[in-house]
Amino acid sequence: MTQKVQRSLSEKWVLSLPPIIYLIGLFLIPTLLMVFIAFREPGDYGGVAPLLNHSNGSTTLNLTLDGFKYAFTSGFIWKLFLRSVVFSVITTIICLIIGYPLALMIAKSNKKIRDFLLLLVIIPFWSNFLIRIYAWMIILGPESTVSNIVNQVLHWLGFAPVDLLFSSAAVVICLVYINLPFMILPLYANLEKHDVALLEASRDLGASKAKSFWQITIPLSLPGILAGCGLVFIPCIGMFVVPELVGNNCSMMIGNLIKQQFLQTMNWPLGSVTSIVMTCSVLAISLFVGFLASRSGGLKYARK
Amino acid sequence: MAILELKNIVKQFADYTAVNGVSLSIEQGEFFTLLGPSGCGKTTLLRMIAGFESPDSGQILLDGKDIKDLPPEKRPLHTVFQSYALFPHMTVRDNIAFPLKMAKWNKSAINERVNEQISSVQLERFAERYPHELSGGQRQRVAIARSLVDRPKLLLLDEPLSALDARLREHMHVELVKMQEKSGVTFVYVTHDQSEALALSSRVAVMNHGIVEQLGTPREIYSRPKTYYVADFIGKCNLLKAKVSHSAAEHVTLSIADSFELTIANPENKFNLGTEGWFAIRPEKIKANWDPRVEDGIANFKAKVKGYYYYGDGTLYEFLLENGTVIQCMLSNNRPHQASFFEDNDEVYISINPLAGNFLVE
Repeated sequence: MTQKVQRSLSEKWVLSLPPIIYLIGLFLIPTLLMVFIAFREPGDYGGVAPLLNHSNGSTTLNLTLDGFKYAFTSGFIWKLFLRSVVFSVITTIICLIIGYPLALMIAKSNKKIRDFLLLLVIIPFWSNFLIRIYAWMIILGPESTVSNIVNQVLHWLGFAPVDLLFSSAAVVICLVYINLPFMILPLYANLEKHDVALLEASRDLGASKAKSFWQITIPLSLPGILAGCGLVFIPCIGMFVVPELVGNNCSMMIGNLIKQQFLQTMNWPLGSVTSIVMTCSVLAISLFVGFLASRSGGLKYARK
Repeated sequence: MAILELKNIVKQFADYTAVNGVSLSIEQGEFFTLLGPSGCGKTTLLRMIAGFESPDSGQILLDGKDIKDLPPEKRPLHTVFQSYALFPHMTVRDNIAFPLKMAKWNKSAINERVNEQISSVQLERFAERYPHELSGGQRQRVAIARSLVDRPKLLLLDEPLSALDARLREHMHVELVKMQEKSGVTFVYVTHDQSEALALSSRVAVMNHGIVEQLGTPREIYSRPKTYYVADFIGKCNLLKAKVSHSAAEHVTLSIADSFELTIANPENKFNLGTEGWFAIRPEKIKANWDPRVEDGIANFKAKVKGYYYYGDGTLYEFLLENGTVIQCMLSNNRPHQASFFEDNDEVYISINPLAGNFLVE
């Protein structure tokens, strides 16, 4: 008996060892390093200054809170952070509005078509992320058909022509494009499991089609909505490639700042501080949303 | 007046005809059962009454009005689903209040009616629980309470007890009949379980291949089956090949299983000389004894015990006739002569009263 328990325990360890090593090596240690670097002095040519300061025969630890002080007082960092949140929220909402009907349609179509539609959702992953953004640069470019049509319409309405590419709009369009599958897939996984009998029961008990959707389908898909929103919102906030490629000066996001601190300004401590602020904020937002959701009762069903 | 009238309903799916010209008239306050094996069209018929399917032709009259073109939410009737279909994100109270909320009742009226309904199914202690926190029987009661809360004209029940275990099912039989009597709502009940149908219903329609084979009270269905199918589907039944061998005024003599003869009444001269069919007789209507019984019209013949199954309240014997025909006979175990427990290979006399059986030609 005890032997059996012991063996199952050791099996558990063997099985969970690779992910544990992975998490320690690629998540925990880098995070601790980042936190450590956040308290160091920046080095003269990038990196960090030596930890120990030898002067006048005495040795002092070379740690500082300057990075945090700067981060919390600098309007620039907060502006970028706020902009990142706004872009991410807009992206998440658009993804939800586009993704929900799509996921519902896929979940309700018959088996053969369903697999094909799911394949269409996944196909973009087959080509490189950067290549797909370059494709959007062509689509939104000044001589493109899309640009011409938009500017033609604006012209008729009496507005001045606009540049689609290198704008905040282009950033949001690309963010939506990149993240849409991450909204559709969890929503589909949820909607596909819904019992048709529940909708029939709701109709039978006097709810119209539209009412049944709001009363039954939406509340039951809340776990899927939350998962999708989380999967879109969280990576969105830290995104730096998209604003760099299709954005302008006014669409720089917090991820761009972090990248700049590490690669151009060479201020590693400030980059680390910014990362920590971002990570903690995202964590706080997620926990808050999770808290609201658990109070609304929708998750009670999901936890069953 | 009939509360629900079905007139010549036909429903065709891509590759088969689910319902093929069904006409039924269901009276106010009835416990009406559609009985049949899976695929006989009973569920399709129910779904057409509820509005989830629309018939290809025919009329569905509820209280004299054709409801064929109304969407499900506009029909003054409710369905109890096989899976109960309780809303998992709502408490028992909210589930039961749902139809009233949809009908836009005011809050205090909803509260009053819901409380009344909850206490009528004895679920007061569970009112704030979610469906997954209830047992199967409790869920069942919530489902029925939810469907009866706004006093519909008709309640459709789609095999509502099939998910419950045998004991609970028997308990629910009693509750269902009570609920039906108390509410006065007409029940249309769909089941493939013949004992359920016989025990609960005021009338039963036996369905097969999209048509109604026989319509009648449980007693009529059981003791006077009109077709081979009904006799075979409901309960146990000996179905013996039979042929009219003599024909006289108002009487015909049947030669049954090439082993014995019986004379039965022939009202309206339905059967002619040479008519072939089956003689259907229930196992409990056959007597077996050590000695032949001497009574008018009763056929006695010798048979050998092939085997038996002891059921507690009765014993089912299988008798072998000389030409190899097997006859099943259910003998009650409370008979006074304990000597009448037969063993394998005992030679006994079987007696059959022609009035206890039916000659079926379809």
